Amino acid sequence: MGEVKVTNTIPFQYDTKKIVKIKNRFVRRFFSQIQNNKQFLFSSLIILFYVFVACLGWMNLLPDFQARVGVSYESPSLSFAKIFGTDIFGRSVFFKLLAGTQTAVTMGFVVTAIAVPIGLVLGSIAGYYGKTLDIFITWLYSVIASVPDILLLIAISYSLGKGLMAVCVAMAASYWISLCRMIRGEFIKHKESEYVLAAKLLGANDFVVIFKHILPNVIHIAIVTSSLMILNAIKAEVMLTYLGVGIQDGASWGAMISAVPGELTNEIWWSLAAVVSFMFLVIYALNVVGDTLRDILDPKLLN
Amino acid sequence: MFFYVIRRLLYMIPTLLGVAFLTFLLFTIFGEDPVRQALGLHASEEAIVALRAKWGLDQSFAKQFYDFLVQILTFDYGESFSTGEKLSDIFCGGVLVSLSLTAPPFVFGTLFNIVIALFISYFRGKSLDKISTFLFVVSMSISYLVYIIVLQYLLAYRFGWFPIQGFEPGFSSISYLMLPWFIIGLVSMGPDIRLFRTIFLDQVKSDYIRTARAKGASEPRVLFVHLLKNAMIPILTNTVIAIPFLITGAFVMERYFALPGIGDITITAINEGDFPIIKAMTVMSAVLYSCFNLLTDVLYALVDPRVKLS
Repeated sequence: MGEVKVTNTIPFQYDTKKIVKIKNRFVRRFFSQIQNNKQFLFSSLIILFYVFVACLGWMNLLPDFQARVGVSYESPSLSFAKIFGTDIFGRSVFFKLLAGTQTAVTMGFVVTAIAVPIGLVLGSIAGYYGKTLDIFITWLYSVIASVPDILLLIAISYSLGKGLMAVCVAMAASYWISLCRMIRGEFIKHKESEYVLAAKLLGANDFVVIFKHILPNVIHIAIVTSSLMILNAIKAEVMLTYLGVGIQDGASWGAMISAVPGELTNEIWWSLAAVVSFMFLVIYALNVVGDTLRDILDPKLLN
Repeated sequence: MFFYVIRRLLYMIPTLLGVAFLTFLLFTIFGEDPVRQALGLHASEEAIVALRAKWGLDQSFAKQFYDFLVQILTFDYGESFSTGEKLSDIFCGGVLVSLSLTAPPFVFGTLFNIVIALFISYFRGKSLDKISTFLFVVSMSISYLVYIIVLQYLLAYRFGWFPIQGFEPGFSSISYLMLPWFIIGLVSMGPDIRLFRTIFLDQVKSDYIRTARAKGASEPRVLFVHLLKNAMIPILTNTVIAIPFLITGAFVMERYFALPGIGDITITAINEGDFPIIKAMTVMSAVLYSCFNLLTDVLYALVDPRVKLS
């Protein structure tokens, strides 16, 4: 047998039309699936609404939640600011909720923006290259995973100082692990498959194989995981703030819930009702979107 | 099998070294100064230097880290910074409280959830299945803290069925633990039953179920005898992996109901900069986590003859 020479002149040309067709079919299938799924559409609308509120907040268009709009603990009435009543300082519960929405959405975005790339890159490298790199990355995440989540979160937010960004970094530091694990497992499976061999024979380097060939096949895991991450971040923020290491300046749902026990004994129910329903809506929507995406994005189910 | 366990135990050494280093890095190097926290801002220089020397904080980082490693090997973490008690005494008490808080709802809750999940998978695709799936997603969308706050307010404060908070050692603790047990059980229903249902429905499609049906086995017999036995494998592994978290406790729950368990001790230690407790707590939970990870894999091989450990 003579030596097989791999040159840069590609002997086989991809049928680009066919690929576009497959992609179209995928996209079409995605849209046809979600068209009939009223729950999914409704949930996406809810999430878009929260993101819209957060955008208003980033542009400083939200009303100031620290301004006094009435006396202490006014029950809900039909004016815009007092629709959910006021808190102990006479601040509008509704404005606080909106500010909390901005915090929650910011947190969701920042946590996924840090954790997903780290998880994706480390997971692909560990799975694809194996050997020393794999041992090191597995060691790294098993160390972090052995420390209980909440302890790690508390430790990091103490080290970085309290505040929104510290909480985000702390959450991202533990959330990348589950994604990294899954991506690593998928890469170990995919790197032996025939399409990867074909791509290599066509002269693709590791970078191209990882990011252009394997990653598109496993990226749905990252999409589904990020909806879970946002959801967990919002839930964890409540716990952290209650334990005294969360966001301290009051503009968060966790801070509002932490104030509830004292209010309930005085028959102040509106703050609790408002924040619970506001949180419930977005978490429920994220749950539904995550579940639906998991069902329809998996390419293995595409036939 | 034997060599596998030995190898896995050896693998735990670098992981524990990493955990020790991470803890040390986070709390000694970046964390707040425990001496300042103990003595306040206006302490005299001599007092600070004396306390530093007493706690061994005046030594180099390398020496402190070495001492920490020795502590891990000898299981002797010294005394608490804030109370001066022996750490082993503190932890023995804490572990008992944490276990009595989390173990009963874990055992009974898991059994209850398995039965409910089986019942639901019997009615798969019917309206009962759809309604319960919807309800579980709803229940999972409400924050844990909200369950605690609302149920404590309603059942303990309003109706007076349970004490509001607190703890007494011995059998009288049961009255204090009833409400936390109930809440833990209630919160675990959503995620657990959803997971178990998925496990059961995965099995329903398999060949052996079809064979059992073809033999003429009744539907309850198929579910309870054939399916449950095979579904126990993923259920078992998912359950065993949760055990370390029973011992490390439920942080928020213990904090809210003022139960002196491991979680409460740790949070107090963090707030007071009590480094020995934090170190011991982190290392202990890391050891537990690694051990139960190993135990899960071994159990997996023991119950499922198809799995070979290598």
